[in-house]
Amino acid sequence: MNLRELLAKASPARSGDELAGLAAGSAEERVRAQMRLADRPLSVFLREPIIPYEADEVTRLICDSHDAEAFAPVAHLTVGEFRDWLLSEQATAQRLQSLAPGLIPEMAAAVSKIMRLQDLVSVAAKCRVVTRFRSTIGLPGRLSTRLQPNHPTDDLQGIAASIFDGLCYGNGDAVIGVNPVADSPARVESLLRMLDRIREHHQIPTQICVLAHVTTQMKALARGAPLDLVFQSVAGTEAANASFGVNLSVLDEAWQAARELHGGANVMYFETGQGSALSANAHHGVDQLTCEARAYGVARRYQPLLVNTVVGFIGPEYLYNGKQILRAGLEDHFCGKLLGLPMGCDICYTNHAEADQDDMDALLTMLGVAGCNYIMGVPGADDVMLHYQSTSFHDALYLRSVLGLRPAPEFEAWLERHPSLVPESWLLT
Amino acid sequence: MAIDLRMFTPARVSLGRTGHSLPTADLLRFQLDHARARDAVFQELDPAALGLPHILLRSAAGDRMTYICRPDLGRTLSEESRARLQKGSWDAAIVVADGLSAAAVQRHAASLLEQVTPRLREQGWRIAPLTVVLQGRVAIGDEIGAALGAQLVAVLIGERPGLSSPDSLGIYLTWDPHSGRTDAERNCLSNIRAEGITYSAAAERLLVLMREARARKLTGVGLKEDVPLLNSS
Repeated sequence: MNLRELLAKASPARSGDELAGLAAGSAEERVRAQMRLADRPLSVFLREPIIPYEADEVTRLICDSHDAEAFAPVAHLTVGEFRDWLLSEQATAQRLQSLAPGLIPEMAAAVSKIMRLQDLVSVAAKCRVVTRFRSTIGLPGRLSTRLQPNHPTDDLQGIAASIFDGLCYGNGDAVIGVNPVADSPARVESLLRMLDRIREHHQIPTQICVLAHVTTQMKALARGAPLDLVFQSVAGTEAANASFGVNLSVLDEAWQAARELHGGANVMYFETGQGSALSANAHHGVDQLTCEARAYGVARRYQPLLVNTVVGFIGPEYLYNGKQILRAGLEDHFCGKLLGLPMGCDICYTNHAEADQDDMDALLTMLGVAGCNYIMGVPGADDVMLHYQSTSFHDALYLRSVLGLRPAPEFEAWLERHPSLVPESWLLT
Repeated sequence: MAIDLRMFTPARVSLGRTGHSLPTADLLRFQLDHARARDAVFQELDPAALGLPHILLRSAAGDRMTYICRPDLGRTLSEESRARLQKGSWDAAIVVADGLSAAAVQRHAASLLEQVTPRLREQGWRIAPLTVVLQGRVAIGDEIGAALGAQLVAVLIGERPGLSSPDSLGIYLTWDPHSGRTDAERNCLSNIRAEGITYSAAAERLLVLMREARARKLTGVGLKEDVPLLNSS
C-alpha cells in the first residue's frame, strides 16, 4: 500500500471517501491503517509527494515553499510521535507558530487522522493566527463574524436590511461579505459601492467583499469599484482549481492587484471545503481530508486575512450526517491553524444532509473552545440565496456569552461609540 | 428600531430574542420549515403533470437514497434511457431534471419554457425534442446534449431546497456538451421562484446568455453575464 492509499484508509469514515472508492473496507482495516500511519516518519511526506510534482502545481508549490529549518524540531518524529508532541507542554503557542512553515499539508492531514475531537480542539486552541485589515482578527479571547447578508435577487435594500440587523447583534467584524446571485462585473461593482457607502457612512472598522469569481472582481476593480478583499474558492489540486476557473498565476495576479491597492496588508479571503476535488473529479485518488489540507497549502501562499471551510455545504455525498460534519469541521480548523492560517468556519448543513440545528450547536461550541477566528452571521441561520443553514447572529452572541469572547477590538470600540445603531450593547459583553 | 426590516428582505431579520437565544415561537417556526424542506427532498416528480411533450429519461440512480449518495450515477443516463436518444443536428437542447426539488420543476419549468422556447424558434433556433430526467444532476445534460447532437444544452433543475424556498429552479447552460465538462464551463441562473427571479426576467437573461454563447462559441467563466441590478435604489 502506498502512502496515498494509506492516508485514505486511515481517514475516519465519511461518505465522500466511500464514493471515491478510497475508504477502508472495514472498521478494523481503518484502525490498522491508522496504526501503520502513526509509525511512518513525518519526513516521508517530503520524500514521496502523494500527487506527482510534475503533474500538479499545488504539489510544486507545497514542495518548493517548504521551510526545512522550521521543520527541524520535529523532523525526527513519526506521525504518532508528532501527535504526542503536539499535545505535550512542549508545543507552546510560540513553537507552533514557528513550526507552521516547516509543515506541509499532508503532515497536518496525517496527524489529524489519528486524533480524537478533543485532540483537534486542544492543539488548535494553542495555535494563534492574527491578521489585520481595518479590524484585527484572531486575538486571544476574541470571536469575529462574517456578516453574510445574501439576498435572492441581490436587492440592495434587502442586503442593507440584513446588514443593519447583523450590526445590531454585534456581527460583521471579520468582513461584510455578499455572495452575489449574478457573477457580473457590473453587479459586483454595484454591490461593492453599496457596501462601501454603508461602511464609510458609519465608519465601521471592518472589510467588505463580494464573493464573485476572482476574475469578475478584477474586472469590477478595473471599473473603479471600491474593493477591499479579493475572494476566491480554492481546492487542493491543480485540476480542482481549474474546475473553479483559477490557477496560481490568476491568484498571484489578483493578490498583486489587491496589495497595490491596500499596501501589503492581509488582503485575500479564501473558502474551501472537503469534497471539492472529488466533486470536480480532480482528486488523483487522494482522500478528501488530505485534498482539503492541500487547499490550505494554496491559501497559505497569499497571507490571507480570512480562510474558512464551508464544511457542510457540499452535501451528504461527501459528509453524510451531523457526526461527519462535526469531525470534518474540527479537522479543517485544526489543519488550517497548524499550517498557520487564520481559520474560520462556515458551520453549516444542507437540507439533504442527515443533520440539524443540534449538530450545528455541537460544532459551534467545540469550535469556540478551539479558538476559531470567526464564524458566519446569517439572519436566523437561513441563507435565503444559497439555500443552506449556517450560523445566526444569535449563535455568535451565544458563543461569546458562554465562553466570554468579545468582538475584534476596533469593532468593539466602534460598537461602544454607536449606541444608537446598536441599542442592545449589553449583548456584546 | 423605527422601520421594520422585514419589509425589505425575505431573510429572517428582526427576530426576537430571549437572552442571547431565539424565543420559542421563532425556534419552532424554524424547525417546521426545516421539516418541510426535508420532506421536499424526498418528494417525486410527476412528469405527466408538467403538461409538456417530452422524452422521459432516467439517470443510473434508481432511487432517492442512491441519488443522494452517488452523484456519479445521477450524472449518467441509465442504459435504457441512453437507447432512447437519437442523434440529430440541433442548435440547442433543453433538459428538465428533478434535481433536489421536484416541486421546483413541477411549479416553474413549464411556465418558464413558455417564455423561452417560442422566442428561440422565432429567432431561428433549431431546438431538440425536450427531455425530462428523473434522479438527474446538472452534468447529465452533457451526456444528453451530446447524444442529441446539440451545440448548446440548457438544464432546468430543482435546486437544493432552502429553508424558506423548497421550490427554487436553476438553469445551467453548457456550450458543446460532452462528458467531462466542468462547472467552470457552465453559466448558471438560480433562484427562479415566486419570491426570487421572475419567469420573464429569467427568460430574458437566458436568451441573452444563449445568444452570447452561440456567438462566442463558449460558456463558463469566459462568458460574463453583464446585467444591471434589479433594484438600484
